[in-house]
Amino acid sequence: MIKFEDVSITFNTEKATVHAVRNVSFEVNKGEIFGIVGTSGAGKSTLLRTVNLLEKPNGGKVNVDGVDITLLDKQSLREARQKIGMIFQHYNLIHTKTVYKNVAFPMRISGKSAKEISKKVPELLEEVGLSDKAHVYPGQLSGGQKQRVGIARALANDSHLLLCDEPTSALDLESTKSILELIRTINKKYGITVLLISHEMDVIKSICSRVAVMSEGEVVDLNDVYSIFSNPRHEITKQLVRHSLNVEIPDGILGDTEGKIVKVLYRGSSALNPILSNAIRKYPVDMNILHGRIEYIDNQPMGVLLVNINGENNDVLNIIHYLKENTASAEIIYD
Amino acid sequence: MIDQILNLMPELGKAFWETFQMVGISLSLALLLGVPIGLLLFITDKGLFCENKVFNRAGGILVNIIRSIPFVILLVILLPVTQMIVKTTIGPLAASVSLSVAAIVFYARLVDASLREVDKGVIEAATAMGASVPQIITQVLLVEALPGLIRGFTVTAISLIGYSAMAGIVGGGGVGDLAIRYGYYRYQMDVMVVTVAVLIVLVQIVQTIGDYAAKRADKA
Repeated sequence: MIKFEDVSITFNTEKATVHAVRNVSFEVNKGEIFGIVGTSGAGKSTLLRTVNLLEKPNGGKVNVDGVDITLLDKQSLREARQKIGMIFQHYNLIHTKTVYKNVAFPMRISGKSAKEISKKVPELLEEVGLSDKAHVYPGQLSGGQKQRVGIARALANDSHLLLCDEPTSALDLESTKSILELIRTINKKYGITVLLISHEMDVIKSICSRVAVMSEGEVVDLNDVYSIFSNPRHEITKQLVRHSLNVEIPDGILGDTEGKIVKVLYRGSSALNPILSNAIRKYPVDMNILHGRIEYIDNQPMGVLLVNINGENNDVLNIIHYLKENTASAEIIYD
Repeated sequence: MIDQILNLMPELGKAFWETFQMVGISLSLALLLGVPIGLLLFITDKGLFCENKVFNRAGGILVNIIRSIPFVILLVILLPVTQMIVKTTIGPLAASVSLSVAAIVFYARLVDASLREVDKGVIEAATAMGASVPQIITQVLLVEALPGLIRGFTVTAISLIGYSAMAGIVGGGGVGDLAIRYGYYRYQMDVMVVTVAVLIVLVQIVQTIGDYAAKRADKA
């Protein structure tokens, strides 16, 4: 659906040349929800903007549906853009137009008839649950409602691709959840491909199937979301995952514990086996669970446990070895 | 005193009509030419869709030059142009020429300023939808800037009422001119007070209408 080939973007400022995106290549498949995650300034927003050429790459190709978008003339580019929906962190609705007119706007631009517009707009508003707000101005809506209008607007020309630029970063938790839910629903219902960027791993975790991790303009990790979480390879990925899977214990408790604290990670089916009880039956140590949680990513379980192990040094090392062999990972985080 | 004011009524009526003519003509031209000039200044600026450094600089400097000339002097400088256009340099029509020039550049700057207030994100969203430049200008930019455009227009109208007082120099007439001739030159304090009071009411009415219209247009 989207194929980035060796895409690079540099900005020339007065002081220096900034490499916002460096030689990025990857593909987004038709119908999937693909995430790009990274800290601010990683270049993810710049990369996303090349897909509808709001940002022109200095090098490389961006193929959308088999067409290199960087080579299109003005007219063809406008036509291509009409088929690519986009939603923004700050919604970017036209303040002086009603919700109805905002949603009708892309259809008017692409020359749809008044009849088509008056049929389609109410359907779209129904879809995003804002039928009663049709004649209200954006200023009177909550953030979540504004983003719903943004989504309806992005779908107005039957887009086959939806670009989401930090769609939930200005929203509270509850609205975030419902907006992500809505994006997932339209992805399933219309088979629309979604390319989403976020700096929050939680957003990626809850709706994406695959994710690219960006840092300093480069893609440093790319995998399905479950693997990224259960087996982060790059340092940046590990950091991001750690923020999201926050199972830290307060310093006070750390100081009071004797023995070692081990972080055990379960993946897939191993999350369901009684590994811990087998382990203490095998080795004469004391074990105390300090913290733990199980996440379901893409419907697959993934568990994290923090256990305090106390006993003869040898036994402790043996049990950690045993845990390492039977779980996804076991590392000593406090000695 | 009442007699004097009653005697003044026909003069005041005439002066009103002259002010109306001058302000009306120059305001219409400000709307007709000031909006496109302000728009050109805006869209040729850096980072916008018709970026053109040379045009933007030259236009900006020209507008600034005209705006920095005191109106009385502009009035005199433009006398030859006035002669060419209206075939006379005397009367409200003649005064309207230089008033219009001042009004056009004044309003052009205010148009430029209110377009700058438009959320860049909204323009980006329209671009991302595949809107053409004319579509963005007519259906997004001007619509989003409308409250600011109306407020600027009100400011222009009120400034013009003030400027038109100076039109007396070329025999333009008007309410302000009346105040100067009777009140200032002939020491008729009462006449001056009455004409100034009329001007105050006039300005208040214009401002109130302008505020109301801007508020109606502002949906944010």
